[in-house]
Amino acid sequence: MTTVETDRKLTMQKAIAEAVFQEMDVDPSVFVMGEDVGVYGGIFGSTEGLLDKFGPERIIDTPISETGFIGAAVGAAINGMRPIVELMFVDFFGVCMDQIYNNMAKIHYFSGGNIKVPVVLTTAVGGGYSDAGQHSQTLWGMFAHLPGMKVVAPSSAYDAKGLMIAAIRDDNPVVYMFHKGALGLGWMVNNPRATGPVPVEPYEVPIGEARIAREGSDVTVVTIGLSVHKALDAAETLDSQGVSVEVLDLRSLVPLDREAVVASVQKTHRLVVVDEDYQSFGMTGEIITTAVEGAFEYLDAPPVRVATPDIPIPYSHGLEKWALPSEERIVAAVSGLVSG
Amino acid sequence: MDIPNEHLVDMYETMVRIRRFEERIREMYFADKLPAFDIAAGLIPGEMHLAAGQEPVAVGMRPHLKAGDAITATHRPHHIAIAQGVDLNKMAAEIFGRETGLGRGKGGHMHLFSVEPNFGCSGIIGEGMPVAVGAALAFRFKGTDNIALSYFGEGAANQGAFHESINLAALWKLPVVFVCEDNAYAISVPKAASTAIPDNSDRASAYGIPGVLVSENDPVAVYEVMGAAMDRARRGEGPSLIEIKTDRLWGHFEGDADAYRDDEFKDEMNQRDPLVVFGQRLADEGILSAEEQTAIQEVQYAIVEEALEFALASPYPEPEAALDHVFA
Repeated sequence: MTTVETDRKLTMQKAIAEAVFQEMDVDPSVFVMGEDVGVYGGIFGSTEGLLDKFGPERIIDTPISETGFIGAAVGAAINGMRPIVELMFVDFFGVCMDQIYNNMAKIHYFSGGNIKVPVVLTTAVGGGYSDAGQHSQTLWGMFAHLPGMKVVAPSSAYDAKGLMIAAIRDDNPVVYMFHKGALGLGWMVNNPRATGPVPVEPYEVPIGEARIAREGSDVTVVTIGLSVHKALDAAETLDSQGVSVEVLDLRSLVPLDREAVVASVQKTHRLVVVDEDYQSFGMTGEIITTAVEGAFEYLDAPPVRVATPDIPIPYSHGLEKWALPSEERIVAAVSGLVSG
Repeated sequence: MDIPNEHLVDMYETMVRIRRFEERIREMYFADKLPAFDIAAGLIPGEMHLAAGQEPVAVGMRPHLKAGDAITATHRPHHIAIAQGVDLNKMAAEIFGRETGLGRGKGGHMHLFSVEPNFGCSGIIGEGMPVAVGAALAFRFKGTDNIALSYFGEGAANQGAFHESINLAALWKLPVVFVCEDNAYAISVPKAASTAIPDNSDRASAYGIPGVLVSENDPVAVYEVMGAAMDRARRGEGPSLIEIKTDRLWGHFEGDADAYRDDEFKDEMNQRDPLVVFGQRLADEGILSAEEQTAIQEVQYAIVEEALEFALASPYPEPEAALDHVFA
């Protein structure tokens, strides 16, 4: 478990903006490009305050032209810059995915390692606020499926800052996915866990290391993003019922910390995987496979998954609440596993 | 011709080198694929898109290039890469899938990347255009006078990437020259069946930038138009869109039956082979005699043979090396 010695608390959104600020302050090759990143400060606040400090030359508002400006980030990166480029909602990948998965993710490989592509692609993910099927997806499983990109998704303010700094300094393309519900935005109901202690000084959280968000002994819950908060809420409820839940926050899907999954399952002997992404062909299947390959003889019961069913994210309140993973669904899954 | 003789000679030499390279690649491509054509077999497996006939679009910009200028090219990239001076040995080795290739055998002929000179290409239509915009943006950040050239085919001009890239470059007044290689066919589809107006250069007006049509597949005409556009970009006056009418003498890919172009079209095209026409012109104007051209051919052919020998003598990568270089 990460212990942070600081009294200062930030929201995840402010932690992200602070990380970008601090790296831009020391590295002139870092710049930001995207829709509404300038005067607005990013629709989700990821570039708040940056325009005033760094000016429009380094905080560049773009037209709604994702193929153009994400491709331009690739071109700038292979020519010595370290762009941070924002895809406002991950759902918008459909208009520009060629530049992401065929170009950004493959040039280093095609060049036999001669050309580095240090792009940070920031993007907002997740639902739970009735934004319907084109603004509520997570889709990290799809990005993780395609080789050549690191994929990170912090759940805490501390990790958000450290992972952003690590992403900017990384020589590889990093897709940095922030969950809208975990940012601590003023215009959205927030889990109190969206605010947490964040040191003032810059620091890195290594990409590819999972974090034990809560230690436990009866069941392992593996998850990522906002679902970490829901799993922690569920763990508290279950604790009062005498069930000890270990919550493993993956923090990144690429690289995936398989050792941490295996180690936790070897300890608890039971596995629930919680994923806000679609159920089939995604993270839940990959984590369960990891447990089966690495800890098969330790498993006391078949692993269980709590994911979004294979449907577009519905709009109406009750429909969406039913579809997305919730504390209640996690509690039910864990309870079923320990009683079965 | 108001062009220094050394530039004319350099363009001719480069055209000879490109044509010879494409001819030899073609021979070696087919050497072990026949009589029953097997695309996966042989020294050079996979698709092969050769640029014989399109040499003028490549060599015309060459005398205007400066070290550090970036070029992005297409799935048919050899002529541009050679004209920019990409290491021919490493390029040949990449095409032959060898460890010594530009990408250690990871990319192949559609994915050639070089740091110096600054070259990249892509198998996806229009994909390189935003990358050129980004290169130009990097040059602005660094305060250099380098420019980016974005090569694409006339088929790419109907992609979103074309319009998005030119809009961005014009909006931000970036040093990019967009160069449309109009070889009249997007695989089998003629331009008139794909494009609402005859000349893509006219589309420049939609973005408030100069658009110039080069209507002859002539290195001298390309030299003049590209020189003006490249100087303009280097002076910080923004991008241009150039369209060059050129000829793809062979099929879209090697093995293409090329049945969509009739014999009359092909006969006319072959009669205006730009290498023959340019050589004749240089002889007529007393710049390079037939004997001097023969001497140039010997030198350039030897350069190509050396590259092929280097490639053929190079080892294949270890199969497990497939796992390397996904990440830095």
